[in-house]
Amino acid sequence: MLQRTVPIAILSLSGIIMILAYFSPWTESWGNTVIDWFNIIAGVAFILGAGNLLRVNLEKISSQRPGWAYAAITIVSFMAVLVVGLFKIGAVPSDRFPDVHFAGDIDSADSTLGWIYFYVIGPLGATMFSLLAFYVASAAFRAFRAKNLESILLLGTAFIILLSATAAGVWLTKPIPADSPIAFLKFERLRAFITEVVQSSGMRAIGIGTAIGIAALSIRLILGIDRSYLSKGGGDA
Amino acid sequence: MQEREVRSGQFPGSQVRRGQLTVSIAALLGPCALALAQAAEQAAAAPADAPADKPLLNPTRIALLAWLAVFCVLIVLAILLARNGAPFKIRRLAALDAVDEAIGRATEMGRSVLFIPGIQDMNDVQTVAGVTVLGPVARTAAEYDAKLEVPTSRSLVMVAARETVRAAHFSAGRPDTYNEANIYYITDEQFAYVSAVVGKMVRDKPAACFYMGAFYAESLLFAENGNSIGAIQIAGTAEPSQLPFFVAACDYTLIGEEFFAASAYLSGERDQLGSIKGQDFVKLVVAGLIVLGVLLAVAGVARPDHADGLSKFFNTILGG
Repeated sequence: MLQRTVPIAILSLSGIIMILAYFSPWTESWGNTVIDWFNIIAGVAFILGAGNLLRVNLEKISSQRPGWAYAAITIVSFMAVLVVGLFKIGAVPSDRFPDVHFAGDIDSADSTLGWIYFYVIGPLGATMFSLLAFYVASAAFRAFRAKNLESILLLGTAFIILLSATAAGVWLTKPIPADSPIAFLKFERLRAFITEVVQSSGMRAIGIGTAIGIAALSIRLILGIDRSYLSKGGGDA
Repeated sequence: MQEREVRSGQFPGSQVRRGQLTVSIAALLGPCALALAQAAEQAAAAPADAPADKPLLNPTRIALLAWLAVFCVLIVLAILLARNGAPFKIRRLAALDAVDEAIGRATEMGRSVLFIPGIQDMNDVQTVAGVTVLGPVARTAAEYDAKLEVPTSRSLVMVAARETVRAAHFSAGRPDTYNEANIYYITDEQFAYVSAVVGKMVRDKPAACFYMGAFYAESLLFAENGNSIGAIQIAGTAEPSQLPFFVAACDYTLIGEEFFAASAYLSGERDQLGSIKGQDFVKLVVAGLIVLGVLLAVAGVARPDHADGLSKFFNTILGG
């Protein structure tokens, strides 16, 4: 029971304070205090996360489960970056305190940690990100199959938007005079209409629905109606 | 039984236990109240922040506060009506009706279910919504005895997800099948997290993948890999820029408000379903205002960019 009552009380209190802080200048500092608490809790949770990462991967290695080599690489990388960062190995000496090792800078690319970030983590992340180009193509290939009326509309819209973004799109409809009654057929105008009218109205509808949904979810959580994240009878187990 | 006792203030056990509970709550809330009081004192001590120099309410947000109050009243009213047995009809959501089918398929195939609660922390409302959806999904997985894996990119989300899944196993009557090792933290780094999860998808081939939360560039990387391994994919996010990717690559997608209503829909509880109906009432009011605004603008009576007469009145009440 305690495990259900206290979290709901804390959640409700925090939620109400954040609402008050947004609307009342008197309580702005209260909101900042709640955010500070969150950051402290998240910091403590990070220790739990790192501990869990080590435990899960060490278990995988010790039991020689499939993929244990990946776990070994994860642990070696994790420990290497942790040691380099914590002990400031290869830090750039500080201008003000050149003799004090721990005053060194580890943010620049000249430091070991910076080198790891700029020349290892950065390129690896960019590699994953670049895969997106191929996935966009494969997803578009499936989505743009003209199976029914909706997909035909989608295909037609995508065709206009893609073509209007190229020089060919402008060139194709260049003969249409700007003051002609059919000037709206120029690709750049069709694109403007689609993005500024059709797309904007759709996005706003989703935005309004999202805002209302957030309000309803917040009410359910603050009032303790939605308790799906809390243990029930066996909470003490 | 326990819940009913709490509502009526009749705590199980003796008065001593009730006293202990009160003391425990006070012990936990005490530091919170103390910190708040200190914050208030600091605000009062600083001349620039003195409450006397500031209005009680931010004048530019009064209209928003009024509308928020109206909307909250409508939602709470709908909850109360539902609690009293008012017959509300909730539109069926195919994406949520498919949850049972997806988990059942995973059970039959002997494969796992993957749930990704986005890449943001618990201070993002989408992550909160994702974790609330995780509850019913985990309960179904526990009932079917399917293996549910939840890799997270934030430590705090891992802690919240573990508590949620544990609660789901208890409510399903299967506490013995709960394995906290299946809910684990990977990394905060966006694409490192993506590579770890995608690698797991390719190796383990989960039969059902749920993407519920805040997603950015990684949405299509997840969804396309899930598609390539033949998993049933159900996504939900409020990020408008990522919705097209999920719609293109997933079997079902919860768009915006559907995502926030998902946990209420899946719970089947009258109170929670009432809040969904409340959302509909609010939408009705908003739609009415939009239609009124369009009619007035078309008739030339009031426009947002005008600052006289009726235009000024509408701008004021709408907080413009």
